[in-house]
Amino acid sequence: MGRRASIFNIVSVTLGLAFLYLPIVILVIYSFNGSRLVTVWGGWSLTWYRALLSDRAMIDAAWTSLRIAALSASAATVLGTCAAVALTRLGRFRGRLLFSGMVYAPLVMPEVITGLSLLLLFVALDVDRGFWTISIAHTTLTMCFVTVIVQSRLVSFDRSLEEAAMDLGCPPLKTFLTVTLPLILPAIAAGWMLAFSLSLDDLVIASFTTGPGATTLPIRIYSEVRLGVKPEINAVCTIMIAVVAVATVVASLASKRGAVRRERAGA
Amino acid sequence: MAEAATQEQTAGDRPLVRFAGVAKRFGQITAVEEFTLDIGEGEFFALLGPSGCGKTTLLRMLAGFETPSAGSILLDGEDIVAVPPHRRPVNMMFQNYALFPHLSVAGNIAFGLRQERAGRAEIAERVAEMLALVRMPDFGRRRIDQLSGGQRQRVALARALIKRPRVLLLDEPMAALDKKLRAETQFELMELQRRLGTTFVIVTHDQDEAMTVADRIAVMDRGRLAQVAAPSEIYERPNSRWVADFIGEVTLLEGMLAEGAIETVLGRFRAAMPAGGRKRDTVWLALRPEKLHIAAQRPADGNLNAIPGTVFEIGYRGDMSIYKVRLADRSLMKVALANTSARGRASFGIDDVVWLSWPPEAGWVLTR
Amino acid sequence: MIQNQRAKRSWSARLVLLIPYLWLALFFLAPFLIVLKISLSQTAIAQPPYVPVLEWAAGWAGLKAFFAALSADNYAMLGSDWLYPVSYLKSLEVAALSTAILLAVGYPLAYGIARSPRRLQPVLVMLVILPFWTSFLIRVYAWINILQRDGLLNDVLLRLHIVDTPVAWLSSDTAIYIGMVYSYLPFMVLPLYAALEKMDESLLEAAADLGCPRGRAFWLVTLPLSLPGVAAGMLLCFIPIAGEFVIPDLLGGSQTVMIGQTLWMEFFANKDWPVASAIAVALLGLLLVPMLFYERMQQRSLEGGR
Repeated sequence: MGRRASIFNIVSVTLGLAFLYLPIVILVIYSFNGSRLVTVWGGWSLTWYRALLSDRAMIDAAWTSLRIAALSASAATVLGTCAAVALTRLGRFRGRLLFSGMVYAPLVMPEVITGLSLLLLFVALDVDRGFWTISIAHTTLTMCFVTVIVQSRLVSFDRSLEEAAMDLGCPPLKTFLTVTLPLILPAIAAGWMLAFSLSLDDLVIASFTTGPGATTLPIRIYSEVRLGVKPEINAVCTIMIAVVAVATVVASLASKRGAVRRERAGA
Repeated sequence: MAEAATQEQTAGDRPLVRFAGVAKRFGQITAVEEFTLDIGEGEFFALLGPSGCGKTTLLRMLAGFETPSAGSILLDGEDIVAVPPHRRPVNMMFQNYALFPHLSVAGNIAFGLRQERAGRAEIAERVAEMLALVRMPDFGRRRIDQLSGGQRQRVALARALIKRPRVLLLDEPMAALDKKLRAETQFELMELQRRLGTTFVIVTHDQDEAMTVADRIAVMDRGRLAQVAAPSEIYERPNSRWVADFIGEVTLLEGMLAEGAIETVLGRFRAAMPAGGRKRDTVWLALRPEKLHIAAQRPADGNLNAIPGTVFEIGYRGDMSIYKVRLADRSLMKVALANTSARGRASFGIDDVVWLSWPPEAGWVLTR
Repeated sequence: MIQNQRAKRSWSARLVLLIPYLWLALFFLAPFLIVLKISLSQTAIAQPPYVPVLEWAAGWAGLKAFFAALSADNYAMLGSDWLYPVSYLKSLEVAALSTAILLAVGYPLAYGIARSPRRLQPVLVMLVILPFWTSFLIRVYAWINILQRDGLLNDVLLRLHIVDTPVAWLSSDTAIYIGMVYSYLPFMVLPLYAALEKMDESLLEAAADLGCPRGRAFWLVTLPLSLPGVAAGMLLCFIPIAGEFVIPDLLGGSQTVMIGQTLWMEFFANKDWPVASAIAVALLGLLLVPMLFYERMQQRSLEGGR
């Protein structure tokens, strides 16, 4: 579809995007508000960012979150890619239905259930809860997203490329590493980024599986927000939005450059 | 059987490739059945058949991507069924070329040699040699997506040839090219094959292509071998109605075999007796359109078979016109007439009464 | 037809399957069995705070004693205390109504994007996805800024003299619905867009050619063809919303409690792990049918109906 856009279409898209962005824009603007009160505009100021710099607990939480996100996203990428390869390449195997069920279920499973059940497992195993348990929980949650992304790439992957490599004397494992992997790398990278941001974002599962000493950024923000609006939180959120925005722009520019190069070459 | 004899003659005593009783089933579906065939050293061999006849499956079994459900495949006298694809001395040119998009032209061509851990200098030399062979000497550093369809085809060919395979497998190699380019490429491929002396096995559904390039053709029908012979043999002496009908245009007249002739509802026509045919057998007389003569009067020569009819339809093709002539039993017979006069004016019009005639040796009697 | 069926798999292929399989079995399947088991246990003031605890050392006798001590009391309690059925119904109501609003808001948006100029489409899709990459918590929090008593919405309304006294937007069902629709909009728009985008323009031209006015063509051609997207979007929203915790907790009032909050409360405030587990099992039972639907759809779209 495409081409002609009617007035109705333009209005619905504009209103929809306005609805999505207005709250975020307001949040960003108010993070620079000099006044403590939300409705009172106290002029542009970096007060809350400065306050943030001295908020040791917040910085620690952010650092913990980043470490967990990097670790769990990396583990989830390996596990999720393996699962995607197994689902697309191994054909029928015993327990396939159970396996694909387990892979897709966490995508829609209510977080409270996943969080509770993982906590009960950790209790049953008598593991000290904290950094590692959150990382394991996040890996379990996010690997399924990686699987879906990588799998949809593998499904559209031209199998004859692999056959051509084998035909030319390349053993199966090496074929996967030298032909398949480089070609599905963008999907794997996208999977990692999604896993990273999901981990960074998660409050519910982290709350269940955390222990003393391991406070993630969302847990920290949540405990502050429950007590009402705080301008410092506006500042934290603005920084997070800025990081996401920059990362997204960089990623889309990189992929666009590749696409343009391909397009120019194709013409 | 007759075709078995001709096959042994051309494939030699020690065939390079031998399919012995090969079958392949995918679940309930049988793709290939009781397939036995020899391919000789240095042959340009074509597997021809309609889509779904199992020809691609056969090629993939030779390459090692499919395992036969029964039977054996011998290469140089050794069973290769258990050998994985990457250890077989055969290389394949894929239908969509399957060029690696993340490698350059040279990288693609060198891929096979890299697997053998060949030296850097040797690889460079052989890649240059191959690029020259396919007449693309300056294209080594190009990216695959910068190539045209015809160029990709050549790169795929070079990539498959660099390891000097015992057999080169070509899976519908020209399907993606337009008609003009296809004809050129066919002749290039033949020349290349003559020069290298490598055994080529091509899979195609295009009979013109198979007839043009191949020394011998195996015609396949629903997983079975229908006939294997040289192109002219297949065209002139098909062994069944199915092959006669699949290759080129043909009119089939059903009748009963008599002494030196065949009796049909349209009359008695003289023809050569088929090998192993007995009197009163039901047989079919196969007549190729270009072998028939069309005239306004009954030919005077009493040796010719002749039959009257009315012109039903005329198809103009440029170099020739195809007439469909309605016979007394309301069946249609196809006649080709070369348009030798520059005027392009049709000699006959629709509903004209005409006589079709042919010498006895122009017809071919089929027993099945 | 062309599928390689190797009878023997290489060790690397086995490993590729086994690693994620074991991981999911240990960290996804096993925890559920534990939840199921604890939901049949009794609360105890101990660590862990439930009985019976399976004593592996006691062997068969221990196993028998363990099963004898299991009971369905927790489930009976879920039925008897009005708090639980009410919060279940509340969850269903919020999920159903939110999904309906999301469809009403999301369909025009997805349709508008799909009908926009080709070059603009990736940008618009990106703009819809972008908020999803920012934190969920941030997006909910952003609305507190706006909806609180001395927030921006009341400020604007008061200045425009639409209302005379500040309205209590926060801690209400309205706030919950705003938060749900806002947070889940990308989940509704993306599958809808995917379905609408791949629709062939010539189908509408064919409909017009056959004498169907543009408005009717929407109902006869576009809408039926986008139904898979509609189903995917609705499932992707309904299931997680029913179990949502953060949004009702931050934006909703104390009088309306959704099942996710009840579970959280039982677990963190009351430390009643068996009851929390029973709630989890019951919630799962509630969502089982839509989740199975969703799984089927995923399998079909990703595995080509194998």
